[in-house]
Amino acid sequence: MAQVSFLLNGDPVELVNVTPETTLLNWLREERGLTGTKEGCNEGDCGACTVMVTDARGSRAVNACILLLAQVHEKAVRTIEGLSGPGGDLHPVQRAMIEHHASQCGFCTPGIVMSLAVAHSNGRRDFDTVLAGNLCRCTGYAPIIRAAEAAARAPVPAWLAEDLSHLESYLEERRKQAPHRSATDVIALPRSADELAAWYAENPEATLVAGGTDVGLWVTKQLRSLGKVALVGCAADLRNIDIGEEQVRIGAGASIEDFGAAMAGIHPSLAELIRRYGSVQVRNAGTIGGNIANGSPIGDSPPALIALGAWLHLRKGDGRREIALEDFFLDYGKQNRAPGEFVEAVSFARQKDRLRCYKLSKRFDQDISAVCGCFNISVENGAVTSARIAFGGMAATPRRATQVEAALHAHPWNEATVKRAMGAFASDFTPLSDMRASAAYRLETAANMLMRYFLEDQGVPANVLEVAP
Amino acid sequence: MSASSPTSASPSASGAAPLPAPLPAALPHDAAPLHVTGQARYIDDIPVPGNCLHLAFGLSEVAHGRITALDLDAVRGADGVVAVLSAADLPREIDVSPAAGDEPLLADGMVHYLGQPLFLVIAESHLAARKAARLGKATVEELPAILTIDDALAAGSRFEDGPLIWSKGDAEAAIARAAHRLEGSVVIGGQEHFYLEVQAALALPQEGGDMVVHASSQHPTEIQHKVAHALGLAMHSVRVEVRRMGGGFGGKESQGNSLAVACALAAARTGRACKMRYDRDDDMTITGKRHDFRIDYRVGFDDDGRILGIDFVQLARCGWSMDLSLPVADRAMLHADNAYFLPDVRIESHRLRTNTQSATAYRGFGGPQGILGIESVMQRIAAALGKDPFEVRRINFYESAPDAAGNPRRDRATETKPGAGRQTTPYHMVVEDSISHELCEALAERADYAARRDRVRNWNAHNRVLRRGIALTPVKFGISFTLTHLNQAGALVHVYQDGSIHMNHGGTEMGQGLFQKVAQVAAASFGVPVEAVKITATDTAKVPNTSATAASSGSDLNGMAVKAACDTIRQRMAAFLGEYFQTGDVVFADGMVRIGREEITFARAAQLAYEHRVSLSATGFYKTPKIGWDRRRGRGRPFYYFAYGAALSECVIDTLTGENRLLRVDILHDAGASLNPGLDIGQIEGGFVQGAGWLTTEQLVWDARGRLMTHAPSTYKIPACSDRPDIFNVALWDAPNREETIFRSKAVGEPPFVLGISAFMALADAVSSCGPHEAGLEAPATPENILAAVARARG
Repeated sequence: MAQVSFLLNGDPVELVNVTPETTLLNWLREERGLTGTKEGCNEGDCGACTVMVTDARGSRAVNACILLLAQVHEKAVRTIEGLSGPGGDLHPVQRAMIEHHASQCGFCTPGIVMSLAVAHSNGRRDFDTVLAGNLCRCTGYAPIIRAAEAAARAPVPAWLAEDLSHLESYLEERRKQAPHRSATDVIALPRSADELAAWYAENPEATLVAGGTDVGLWVTKQLRSLGKVALVGCAADLRNIDIGEEQVRIGAGASIEDFGAAMAGIHPSLAELIRRYGSVQVRNAGTIGGNIANGSPIGDSPPALIALGAWLHLRKGDGRREIALEDFFLDYGKQNRAPGEFVEAVSFARQKDRLRCYKLSKRFDQDISAVCGCFNISVENGAVTSARIAFGGMAATPRRATQVEAALHAHPWNEATVKRAMGAFASDFTPLSDMRASAAYRLETAANMLMRYFLEDQGVPANVLEVAP
Repeated sequence: MSASSPTSASPSASGAAPLPAPLPAALPHDAAPLHVTGQARYIDDIPVPGNCLHLAFGLSEVAHGRITALDLDAVRGADGVVAVLSAADLPREIDVSPAAGDEPLLADGMVHYLGQPLFLVIAESHLAARKAARLGKATVEELPAILTIDDALAAGSRFEDGPLIWSKGDAEAAIARAAHRLEGSVVIGGQEHFYLEVQAALALPQEGGDMVVHASSQHPTEIQHKVAHALGLAMHSVRVEVRRMGGGFGGKESQGNSLAVACALAAARTGRACKMRYDRDDDMTITGKRHDFRIDYRVGFDDDGRILGIDFVQLARCGWSMDLSLPVADRAMLHADNAYFLPDVRIESHRLRTNTQSATAYRGFGGPQGILGIESVMQRIAAALGKDPFEVRRINFYESAPDAAGNPRRDRATETKPGAGRQTTPYHMVVEDSISHELCEALAERADYAARRDRVRNWNAHNRVLRRGIALTPVKFGISFTLTHLNQAGALVHVYQDGSIHMNHGGTEMGQGLFQKVAQVAAASFGVPVEAVKITATDTAKVPNTSATAASSGSDLNGMAVKAACDTIRQRMAAFLGEYFQTGDVVFADGMVRIGREEITFARAAQLAYEHRVSLSATGFYKTPKIGWDRRRGRGRPFYYFAYGAALSECVIDTLTGENRLLRVDILHDAGASLNPGLDIGQIEGGFVQGAGWLTTEQLVWDARGRLMTHAPSTYKIPACSDRPDIFNVALWDAPNREETIFRSKAVGEPPFVLGISAFMALADAVSSCGPHEAGLEAPATPENILAAVARARG
């Protein structure tokens, strides 16, 4: 049980005895009677449960269905019921949604409105990306985009702009009254990596919850109990992203969204891969450490980081070790991580950008990769000087294509080399068939991705996302 | 009485009879202010008594077998469980099928698909019910499962005795005589509805054993009927209310019966309110979807691409129960022609029974599958003759309707003389209202088809990896329930003494804007602003014996019924006012009533009428005229009229991966004299994207044991925001319906869905640019299916 304090639609909420498995959505709907926030899928894919969460890092959209209630500790939460002004004045997004026929059945609408309201507050206009995590089955999205465009011209309503200052004065007031409680018997709220390390070493059986975008599903779909949990998101120093002259170091608690933004300037293809990773809501909650540590064979960041030659920084208590990222993934569901040990950071050397990331899925946005191929091939004087190629979706773990790399290395960078190397994929991978793709398709397209890399390097258009009407 | 009709009309762009205000205003959806503030209530949002119970089904883990034991001890012992029911615990055979009587609420001895409800958990919370439902242990003696179309054909597993066959002329001889012949197959996937609000129901027990049910249902009368039967009550003891659904698309026509019946049974047994909503994964695992099809064809045609004879074999995978499969498969047959005249034609339809979810109604109701068949044939003929597919399509269109003055139009593409008989459908109905030529040519011109087709060809000649495709496809969609007696509707309208109006009808609101359209009709009838009309929840106690809100019929039927009720009241008011003010002229307009030189507010008129004992309440009734047919023989007039439209899609594919994107779409669609252009355009945009999703990203995958593997949005991908085309131009073909529908408007729910076929045909066009061979692109055109088709095209 834990004590959880936050602002809900501007009003303080103080809860005791919060269980780890209580989701924000269920609490809002069942305990608070705030039924405007909808459950559409209960797994963070449809966005009908989108709410706005604000803290010192800003306002962001998250999925309430897979957010543990304890995760909103010391934050300001706004739901659809709290979006209009005190006198019932509609938010500009709400007004525009009405005027532009942007709701039909209306069930997705609260989530859409919240996503757009967050974007409006943050001045974002990339609405396709903003709404990738909000499914609408009725409108075909066109009127929603018209509404978003129309609302973008209006100023941010005062009542929303004040959320952060209200939160700060609320937290200030609380600190005076009650000292910060860093841990309770079931839910730990470590303030730093050091606190987390100490607690986790003592509670190695506990579940670490970073964004909860995976753990949330254990609760909502597998109906599991979590036991003891530590909310990693409280540890501010774990969120640091340091882009230095020599190396890049990303704290395990950095959100996927922040990671993607940090990559835009140095490895734009990786930033674009991250743009297609989950949705804004998922990227705002999910962390780079979580994406690595859960060991999924289809997580999108590991293949890219492996292709960049990344190192993983693991910590247990005061002890630390570094391993090559690809060595972390031992087998399906099995990682090179001791009990009580956690991912503290991932790092890679600054390098000339030769990285291209190709994500193949049935739908471009917010889909899990059938194949995710990341290529980092350096060429000097017409010959390949280094090739690091890693894939997700092709094996039980994210894995390098070592035979393909070997077939390229030191060979002339031309189509003949590429075609020969394409033949090596079958020695590197024996993929599975599943609902996302067949084994044969995976193998064929993995090889074709190398051709795409080569052709794009030659300036041949090979990306449908870059074609203008 | 010289007049009592409303005036204050706005001119229609078509120059036809002007519509009275507030028609055809593009007013927002009536509930939009509630939607955007989170105040719109869906089933799970309705406040319930504190002791409300929650239900969940325990599901079969095998696709076919005989239940030999069902151990529910752990379920009964689980936290929060109040009761657990299996088929053996039910008071009588409880059937939840719409008609056939073949769907027991809980599996009774036999299991017919993986996901079939075996037992019902009644618990103190939704979560407790879900947790307990996983603890049941069924012992099932497994039997071979029939999963695919081929499995079913081999086993002779079907509904009805054999295939239904309709014909006109002698297709076999015509094909044999033709200069060119082709044959092939079209593989068409199913589709999950993915209404955002899952199936849900809430039952509230009443005094004397009566039951009130709130359901997320397109068919409250069927819910009432099934609940009454389950409880052993007469229908008058059950009242069903539906304020709105969070999406329906056909998925809530019959699939909500189980939940409503389960809630009512549990409520009757416990005396407590009972609510049930499926978790999303359960919803997708339990409920039916669009029928997948394979359509085999043989066609004969001339040098110009004109079809001379064609033979279709339509194979529909219907799942485990009959549900609505017969009329769905009928409608696929009825749309085997789409907009094209087929002189000699034979259509054979097999309704195959499989051990999978029972395929059900889904927007278009088989029509889209039938149309995809003939559109694929058009594409093939064009490829075989080296012609532009649009040219081949045009040459085959039904002859146009006479113009407004009754003069026959020249059939431009075919040069066929008017009246040469290129108007008769395969089911022997004469198409009197075809506008395919005019509409498609207008779209081609407006969207610059010819020049863009050249540009696409040029692009493909110069691009190694990326190929473009373009396609302009028409839709002609038949409007009416094909079960003729369903084409009726009722309404109940009250005018209160303060002049406010209460409107009720049998249609349900699932987002399509029906309530607002019909409210506009009511407001127009009384010459008052739409705000004067209170929209109320569909309620079986107000309007009885309603048909499902389906078949795009909502506005046509209910608009007319409401208008009839309003006309009755208005005529009573006019008669009274004329007498009272001693003048003949009574006009209702602008919220006022003018009686000769007197002018009073509508509210005052209502007050006066009340004080003079004039009845201000009336029912209205409507039945569609002119229709009637014989589905066994495939002859007659199943449809009152046709709705038309066309879409021009342009796409690009990646020949290394099969990835693809829709670049631009232009649509011209016929909604008759639109009652509300804003809502109608919304149906067209949304229908197109949903149709394109069906044929591109949305893929249902079952494993070898019959488990649906794509049972959540993580694995089943409906279109996301960025999947809509970059350029998306939608316009209405603004001309009144030839038939006397409500203010000459046309139905608009399903027809635009079919426009999504143009996206698929554009992809097929891009694929065929890769090589000379028949590519046989399968639907949905996932990247994998496109890449496979590219390989076949290259040979």
